[in-house]
Amino acid sequence: MNYLYAAYIATWIIHGTYLAILVRKYARIRREMETLKK
Amino acid sequence: MKRGFPILAIITGLLLSFALYEALIAAPTEQTMGNVQRIFYYHVPSAWTAFLLFLINFVASVTYLIRRDVKADILALTTAEVGVVFCTVVLVTGPIWARPVWGIWWTWDLRLTLTLVLWLIYVSYLMLRRFSTSGQTPVLAAVLAIFGALDVPLVYFSIWFFRTQHPSPVIGGGGSLDPRMAHVLLINWAAFLCLAWLLCWTRYQLELVKREIEDAQARESLVEGTR
Repeated sequence: MNYLYAAYIATWIIHGTYLAILVRKYARIRREMETLKK
Repeated sequence: MKRGFPILAIITGLLLSFALYEALIAAPTEQTMGNVQRIFYYHVPSAWTAFLLFLINFVASVTYLIRRDVKADILALTTAEVGVVFCTVVLVTGPIWARPVWGIWWTWDLRLTLTLVLWLIYVSYLMLRRFSTSGQTPVLAAVLAIFGALDVPLVYFSIWFFRTQHPSPVIGGGGSLDPRMAHVLLINWAAFLCLAWLLCWTRYQLELVKREIEDAQARESLVEGTR
């Protein structure tokens, strides 16, 4: 059962990490857009 | 499309929750492996999703080489990135499943090795796109993607033509999958396809805006240079 939970948790950690990378990219792009508007 | 995004996000969230319930609770327990077999509902759909994304990457790369269409280049980048995420899930969940079933985490079996090579090819593709400063980067990346895509059928058919440690395909390979298990498998695949679509769409939009900003910055510096 531990292996099963490990696999499912690992899957969601991988997807969560990628989602966090996308959020960081989005924040950087927003900052760049604001700089450009100035 | 902006309105469609929250709707798709809600549908994906609901479908993923339902798929998780089906995989952990509703699906019947496999007699030989027991509960650990339920890893199958994440491992196999992730592999199919990764293959599909690499196939789209191949088509987009060929389109870019023929038409030099920027949108095809962005689609290629997007599908490669999300494909690597799903391929990582396959490479992580596989050994976690193998340990209690085979007694080992990893073996240099043909399918496992080819999957690792596939992952390495697309990671190198992303590295090339990230660090190369050449104006020819999209062309070089598209060529690399075409060679990378050649590995996809090799991975898929390796268990058809060679005797490997990896089990036979569950659908279309002579395997006898319980219809209830097949049902849960397809629900999980649908959920992962929705997630892949959502991630690709978000990444595509981000890349589109990023390139517009880069163009605007280039124009601005050109104007300043002429003053």
